Amino acid sequence: MTSADLSPPAPPVGGWGEWRIPYALITLVVFVVAWETIARIINLPMYLLPKPTDIVASLYENWALLVVNGGVTLTEIIFGFVIAVLLGVPLATMIAHSPVVDRAIYPLIVGSQTIPKAAIAPLLLAAFGYGLTPKVTIVAMMSFFPIVINSVVGFKSASPEMLHLAYCTGATQMQIFWLFRLPQAFPSIFAGMKLAAVLSVIGAVVAEFVGSQAGLGYVILVAGSNFRMDQQFAAIIFLSAMGMILFWAIGLAEKKVLPWHVSMRSQADG
Amino acid sequence: MLDVPSHSHFLSIKRVSKNFTSRSDTVRALSDIDLDIRAGEFVSIVGPSGCGKSTLMMLVAGLTKASGGEILVDGRRIEKPNSDIGIVFQRDVLLDWRTAIQNVLLQAEIRKLDVTAATERARHLLKMVGLDGFEKSYPHELSGGMRQRVSICRALLHKPPLLVMDEPFGALDALTRDQLQLDLLRIWSETRMTVVFITHSITEAVFLSDRIVVMSPRPGRIERLIDIDMPRPRRLAMRETKQFAAYTQEITEIFMKLGVLREEGDA
Ligand SMILES: Nc1ncnc2c1ncn2[C@@H]1O[C@H](COP(=O)(O)OP(=O)(O)OP(=O)(O)O)[C@@H](O)[C@H]1O
Ligand SMILES: [Mg+2]
Repeated sequence: MTSADLSPPAPPVGGWGEWRIPYALITLVVFVVAWETIARIINLPMYLLPKPTDIVASLYENWALLVVNGGVTLTEIIFGFVIAVLLGVPLATMIAHSPVVDRAIYPLIVGSQTIPKAAIAPLLLAAFGYGLTPKVTIVAMMSFFPIVINSVVGFKSASPEMLHLAYCTGATQMQIFWLFRLPQAFPSIFAGMKLAAVLSVIGAVVAEFVGSQAGLGYVILVAGSNFRMDQQFAAIIFLSAMGMILFWAIGLAEKKVLPWHVSMRSQADG
Repeated sequence: MLDVPSHSHFLSIKRVSKNFTSRSDTVRALSDIDLDIRAGEFVSIVGPSGCGKSTLMMLVAGLTKASGGEILVDGRRIEKPNSDIGIVFQRDVLLDWRTAIQNVLLQAEIRKLDVTAATERARHLLKMVGLDGFEKSYPHELSGGMRQRVSICRALLHKPPLLVMDEPFGALDALTRDQLQLDLLRIWSETRMTVVFITHSITEAVFLSDRIVVMSPRPGRIERLIDIDMPRPRRLAMRETKQFAAYTQEITEIFMKLGVLREEGDA
């Protein structure tokens, strides 16, 4: 899902070296130029669809506003995400280790996924008010699921032979967890965190839509009611950039923690 | 050659049987296995697929419980996972997140061995199997044969008196296999540990062993014990001798009689 995974393989020989042709970037540029041209030719009114140049201008004009409100949204995201990780990973170890916990809790977690989080948001608002708490709760709920599911898969992925090996070295349960199961689960945990990062951005904005006085979701709502589509687009772009940076940061952490896994994966890609 | 008296049995398997029970029925995997192995002996177990070879290894390693009988290693009854042994599986079971030497040193970490001495021994072992220079490589950077060498080194780090191997070379190409057989024999002759080696290959068994246990199809029982009376150190060229051919012939005939091998025209 990272851009590196999607980019085409490097040309076989020649002076390109590490350089890869940024096809996706070219597509994007072509798209933006076409949008700008068509909007100018048919003289599209801004309240229908702003031109890319309008959006850039708006980004520049409203930079301070976007940064302040982006900070609010980011705070919600980070708190919610961290809570989801801190609750989700330990719960996943319990589910993976104990068949009883597995049968008692896992179906409920899976089943709870049918509840639309956006529908719970008003309830949480009523309970916690308009502040940070309901947003953080929604973000945590959204992130929780992919983190738990992927971590459980990870913790269960130690092969029987690996455990046999562990027993024959006389490893204690603690050693089996720290030396075998946890490292084995790390790639899955990171995959879950990447999914959660994407969902947590959605969660924060949805929660802000339902009721807030700050945040990028709030900026989008206000801009919409003022027919300032340029500001709306600017906020959306700012939000997407934040999501991408978050995703990239987790990828970076993965590279630091699991250099073996990242190089194994890039090898498998070709 | 050995300073251990020949009557001392390092590994004793006494009337061992093993049943696997599922909801619907019971599978008898092993039936009345009786086997005594001397200290320092190299014993191979050959038998058709599904005859219970792996099950037998699991029992010796204490990883499953026998349904009947008992197993003694060095006079002690095996009742829980036996951490005194070295174990090698068909798949190398290396930990992807550890380099070659870290994989070998896993043993030292778990057993809390002295780090300096263990590291030195790990280096020595890796060198012995021709892996010097690859200590810091991750498993995905190594070939199948190299990975299996690392797993053998890992099994040997704590100087186990008993090494059990379940088709360790089964997944390797013929050349790599020959080389690893030679490496294994060299290490064995230096350490004088007892080896129980499971294989599908009759020639591999004859080439390596002091004694071969030939097993019958399920429920696995011991069909025949064959002493391999060939000089050591074994050389690859010995595989071309009449004596060698006679041994492989003998085992092949047992399998034909058991119906494990069939040729065209057999009634
Ligand atoms: N955990 C288990 N549950 C049920 N049956 C089992 C189990 N393990 C092994 N068996 C059965 O016991 C028999 C012996 O299995 P085992 O794996 O020991 O054979 P094997 O001789 O090692 O075969 P191969 O050469 O193919 O590895 C088989 O018929 C198998 O179906
Ligand atoms: Mg087997």
